[in-house]
Amino acid sequence: MFGNYITIPHLLVLFPLLAGLLTFFIKKESSAKSFSLLAGLITLLISIASIYFRNNKELSGLTFNYMWLKSLGASFSLALDGMGRLLTFLTALSFPIILIANYKTIYKNANVFYGLFLLAQAGLMGVFLSTDALLFYFFWELALIPVYFLCSYWGGKKRIAATFKFFIYTFTGSLFLLVGIIYVYLHTGATRYSDHNFSLTAFRAVVLYANQQNFFFWLFFIAFAIKMPIFPFHTWQPDTYEQSPTSVTMILSGVMVKMGLFGLMRWVLPIFPMAVVKFDNVVIGLSVIGMIYASLIAIKQDDLKRLVAYSSIAHIGLMSAAIFTMQTVALEGMVIQMFAHGINIIGLWIVIDLIEKQLGTRKISELGGLAHKAPVLTILLVIIAFANIALPLTNAFVGEFMMFSGLFKFNIWYAAVAGLSIILAAVYTLNMVQKVFYGNTNSLTESMKEISWNEKLVLMVIVVMIFLMGVFPQPIFELTKISVAPISTIFK
Amino acid sequence: MNAILLTAVWGIIMMFGGVFFKSKQTPKYWAIAGLVIIIISNYLELTTGASFFEIETKYMLSFNSFNLTFITIALVSTLLYFLLSGSDIEKVGDNVSEYFALIFFVLCGVCLSATYNTLLILFLGIEIMSIPLYILTGSDKRNLKSNEAALKYFLMGAFSTGIMLMGIAFLYGGNSDGSFFINSFNFGEGKMPVFIAIGMVFMLIALSFKVSAAPFHFWTPDVYEGAPTVFTSFMATVVKIAGFIAFIRLFENSFGKVQAQWQLLVSVITAATLFIGNLTAVFQQSVKRMLAYSSIAQAGFMLLAVFALNKTAMQGLILYSAAYSLATIGLFAILIRMYDYTIDGFNGLAKSQPVLAVTATIFLLSLTGIPLTAGFQSKFLMLVAAIRDGHHHWLVFWAILCAAVSAYYYFKIIQAMFFKVAGQEVQEHGSIAEGSTITTGFKVLLVLTAILIILLGIFPSLLTDSLLF
Repeated sequence: MFGNYITIPHLLVLFPLLAGLLTFFIKKESSAKSFSLLAGLITLLISIASIYFRNNKELSGLTFNYMWLKSLGASFSLALDGMGRLLTFLTALSFPIILIANYKTIYKNANVFYGLFLLAQAGLMGVFLSTDALLFYFFWELALIPVYFLCSYWGGKKRIAATFKFFIYTFTGSLFLLVGIIYVYLHTGATRYSDHNFSLTAFRAVVLYANQQNFFFWLFFIAFAIKMPIFPFHTWQPDTYEQSPTSVTMILSGVMVKMGLFGLMRWVLPIFPMAVVKFDNVVIGLSVIGMIYASLIAIKQDDLKRLVAYSSIAHIGLMSAAIFTMQTVALEGMVIQMFAHGINIIGLWIVIDLIEKQLGTRKISELGGLAHKAPVLTILLVIIAFANIALPLTNAFVGEFMMFSGLFKFNIWYAAVAGLSIILAAVYTLNMVQKVFYGNTNSLTESMKEISWNEKLVLMVIVVMIFLMGVFPQPIFELTKISVAPISTIFK
Repeated sequence: MNAILLTAVWGIIMMFGGVFFKSKQTPKYWAIAGLVIIIISNYLELTTGASFFEIETKYMLSFNSFNLTFITIALVSTLLYFLLSGSDIEKVGDNVSEYFALIFFVLCGVCLSATYNTLLILFLGIEIMSIPLYILTGSDKRNLKSNEAALKYFLMGAFSTGIMLMGIAFLYGGNSDGSFFINSFNFGEGKMPVFIAIGMVFMLIALSFKVSAAPFHFWTPDVYEGAPTVFTSFMATVVKIAGFIAFIRLFENSFGKVQAQWQLLVSVITAATLFIGNLTAVFQQSVKRMLAYSSIAQAGFMLLAVFALNKTAMQGLILYSAAYSLATIGLFAILIRMYDYTIDGFNGLAKSQPVLAVTATIFLLSLTGIPLTAGFQSKFLMLVAAIRDGHHHWLVFWAILCAAVSAYYYFKIIQAMFFKVAGQEVQEHGSIAEGSTITTGFKVLLVLTAILIILLGIFPSLLTDSLLF
């Protein structure tokens, strides 16, 4: 409907990109802020349009396919499928939410901050949209660079060391991904101009022997595992989440970790099915270990940010385990949960951030009795906390239920051990709610005030999303079914 | 042909012009004007094949699009170098126009070593390239370090020249055709005769000296550090990539058919170069010395092209030469004007000189190999070439691990510029050295260089697809 040259996928990438570049030149703090918010809202509208104007093909929007590096067979091709729609919608939704929630925060060099912020959004959009392996790698790295600068410049005291660790970790993983992409590329078919090509269809059509699959699988998997992160590769995550400015932590945990899960679904499962079947126990084992391990550590945390960081590792662990069960129901649940987890964790970060801004501390031991001072905040938080434990009627319940039933079908023991993490999640989440919000106020929390309009607004939006998705998940089911079906049929 | 003759002629003009030039700035403008003429004439030869000179070379030189594209890159890099650092050349000493003359002679050598077809021209090219460099290294006459570097460079260079001559002699003696042409070696059943094998190893050693590949790299850090920084910039870029073109042309034409027999040797040299360059660079405090080791590390990546020796490798080497030269010349141009050459000297540069800091970041990202920069595309092509070759897969993984290490030291400078606060001394003095001014023109040039790097990062085909060979 936009003609042959500019389609919705292009707008989703190019609009935040151009807006981000423009923001660098807006010197006034308030104008940069409102401009980036406006850009975020327009992106959200484009994304809503992308869900509204859809047809039921697996990949649509392939109308514009610019040959980018002719002699190598790489093209600039973007397309939307069901999963892509959901994740681009998550990206498009979370950025305005984050911006509104932090609307009263004043960042120094605001133009650079908001510019990088929008560039990160463009990179993330590109990851979820690209249907060309080299282009995917481009965006995969480009999403990292703005976030690196955001964390290192506006972060906490130990920000330089923490984000550097994060950068080196993910950069190393990415290089393995690059080599993996090249290996698969050299097995693809020819195009008119080149011996091989990078398109997603060519990658999916590639024929590999079992031992090749096993080898290439790990090259891809390491990059995705570091990004998610899965158990032995997770050490960068709590430090980075803690040291980043909270608005960036929201991007990292709400949207960026989904890059890894998305990569597994989009690139690993269809290309290396034999290797996925071969290594399913290894990955699920690691994921389940990570879930229990992270949950146990979360119980012992005194810092709210670290608590949520470890809780996130546990949730991601369940999602990666669900992917490797290769059950249709688990894959669908995983895609739904990617979205739900993004919304919920951003809600948690917003609450933590506004507590820290008002009281200057994130230590659970120093807080207490906030419910007396800020009842609205407490009600909203309790709902988000329930969603974090995946109680029925909340959005996370649908996804977790489906993932657990898939895990149960795959192997009952994994499901049993992983099930413990639900109980542990209840322990650390409710413990946190009780200690921070109930009990008696102390001299510090006496000064707590009720939250302001912008924070109320975004938390309300999040709570409405939680209930809406929990009660009426059908539209999301429909989106996920289309993109999960071709993947799960491979394994039947 | 145009470039070879015109560089030599212009070198002579610059040399005698020194007598007539009144002002210190005049030689720079003459040099820039001359270089622009040479670039245009070379570009004409590349696109239309028009040569101004009809000289019978008896096939001793070859001018195909690969060679001429490379010469264009070398010349354009030099032009950029003149524009960015020309005014710093004036500060080295009094004989300004002679420095420019020597650089033109080096360029003549560069053109010869890119177009040679016989071992004799290769030898001539390498020597014409090296001898002016010895002088340039020692041009800061009152500085003991500069003198030491020049002597060291000369001795090492002479030594490697000897080895190269020995290699040429062996190759000539072992060649059943009795000729010096690089594509005249016939190996009957595909096995190298002993003399040829010895000659090849000697050539490998001598060329490794020139491109500072391990274990023949020991002169590099000292010479690069001792030489006046402006000339280090030139040595580390144009001269180094010329060495690589000579390297890959010799191995492709002479020993390409018996690649399997020497590939392991080259892969070991590549791995050692990558390892030593990257690992040692991590521990450097002086940015100048770090760039010296980083140039060794980058040489390791370029050696992958010699290792793989396929079409992708040739394209990759062309792109790598451009990407590496642009980024390194830009970085050196900034470094020359810094007050403090240590990493701490870069602290807080983003605040005092935002344009310098942002462009330096793009140069560093390109050297690291982050997408959207030319550095990524060139590293990517090198990896494709090495994997396509299909042998010694371990080298690919070794290379990416070393590339990950390189992110560590390149990002240390980025961190210093953006996230750290300038120390007491730098704060009082300012980040920029006395006598150096950051003009708007300088900033515009840096920004243009950065844009060029990004442009090549998005459309590398601008360079690579012109190679029809």
